[in-house]
Amino acid sequence: MKSKSLVSIDQCSEEDILRILENAAGFEKNPNRTLLEGKVAATLFFEPSTRTRLSFEAAVNRLGGRVIGFQDASTTSSSKGETLKDTILMVSNYADLIIMRHHLEGAARYAAEVSGIPIINAGDGANQHPSQTLLDLYSIRKTQGKLTGLTITIVGDLKYGRTVHSLIVGMSHFKPTFHFVAPDELRMPDEQKNLCDKLHLPYTEHTCFTEEIINRTDILYMTRVQRERFTDLEEYERVKNVYILRNDMLKGSRENLRILHPLPRVNEIAYDVDDNPKAYFIQQARNGLFTRQAIICEVLGINS
Amino acid sequence: MAVEKKKELQVAALENGTAIDHIPPRQLFKVAYLLELEKMNNTITIGNNFFSKKMGRKGVIKIADKFFEQDEINRIALIAPNVILNEIRDFEVVGKYRVILPDELVGLVKCNNPKCITNNEPMPTRFDVINKEKGTIKCRYCERKINKEDILIK
Repeated sequence: MKSKSLVSIDQCSEEDILRILENAAGFEKNPNRTLLEGKVAATLFFEPSTRTRLSFEAAVNRLGGRVIGFQDASTTSSSKGETLKDTILMVSNYADLIIMRHHLEGAARYAAEVSGIPIINAGDGANQHPSQTLLDLYSIRKTQGKLTGLTITIVGDLKYGRTVHSLIVGMSHFKPTFHFVAPDELRMPDEQKNLCDKLHLPYTEHTCFTEEIINRTDILYMTRVQRERFTDLEEYERVKNVYILRNDMLKGSRENLRILHPLPRVNEIAYDVDDNPKAYFIQQARNGLFTRQAIICEVLGINS
Repeated sequence: MAVEKKKELQVAALENGTAIDHIPPRQLFKVAYLLELEKMNNTITIGNNFFSKKMGRKGVIKIADKFFEQDEINRIALIAPNVILNEIRDFEVVGKYRVILPDELVGLVKCNNPKCITNNEPMPTRFDVINKEKGTIKCRYCERKINKEDILIK
């Protein structure tokens, strides 16, 4: 990687991604190793996120490292008005690595600029969440046996969903074909479509979520349509039940199809899908552990 | 006679210094602010709404004994991209040049994303100019893209 911190998926080349995923596969085979012995990781969660924090802390613990940190900024000196810079510099004195989540966008990039130790961005507002993207890529590669040449259908909130935008950037190295399924109000922004155009990646936009699209798909990436994104609540009521995946929609789907979701889900995947072997969103979250072990070793320059 | 009158200068001539010409009238005071003219002790003439063949009305700033470095003057490229700088020595225009939008703008523009770290932390903003023709810039931190018409000068 260009920098020793992981702030954004854009900074990862194809080789970086493949190396991290390869190392993650090694951690899946053997997750308990003492690669971080004697090292301290700080988890600074200025905004709470239980799933992400536990996954990172489990990763550090399984590598034999120790964790310091906080999970709620209200108990820290940032609530007294301390700047982010001072907090980062202070923690840099104590730890070998900072894993941080912040509600402000760009916080991780700024922290990486001022910090003397590596920063892993565990989410900065609506901006970036690169470990989520890498675990999505890991899940795709693991279930499909490859990353190249897949058909990926992304459903739901394509306008505001940061995981979706990062997924497109991360997959863009691997010649995918995309289907974007969303209501008009939540269509894929031009920026992502321009990227696909520039790289000659074929994509089709749909407003109807049909079996016909599912049957052509290798990876079905579902996201939540959030009520608060709509200015017109009537429009929300109209579309909220249109982008729901039910088990009977999967009967003609490909054998290798897998369903991913960054979680939490609300009602966009019906519960009758859970028992279908093509449902992969729970295992997907488990892959986060191995991927994060690989990311931690990557930024610390540890060969795993 | 009429021709001679047209040639008459609208502002007193400068012996040595810089004349900034063709400033859009509405941007004149912003240009003055960005160049930090209020901190200078040089003789400065500021004129606005002069007749211009090219642009109808224009603003002009003349600063005696001041020659700008390119970085210094490029600060105004965002709000007045078509101004012309005349370097004057001994009452003669010895150089005419245009401003150039730099690749990076540091501490000049306010990010219009209220959730951007730069609006919540004492730090300079940094923007990459991603399209020089259109004047589109992108915040280095929150990655928000800002179109020229929405740019807020700090």
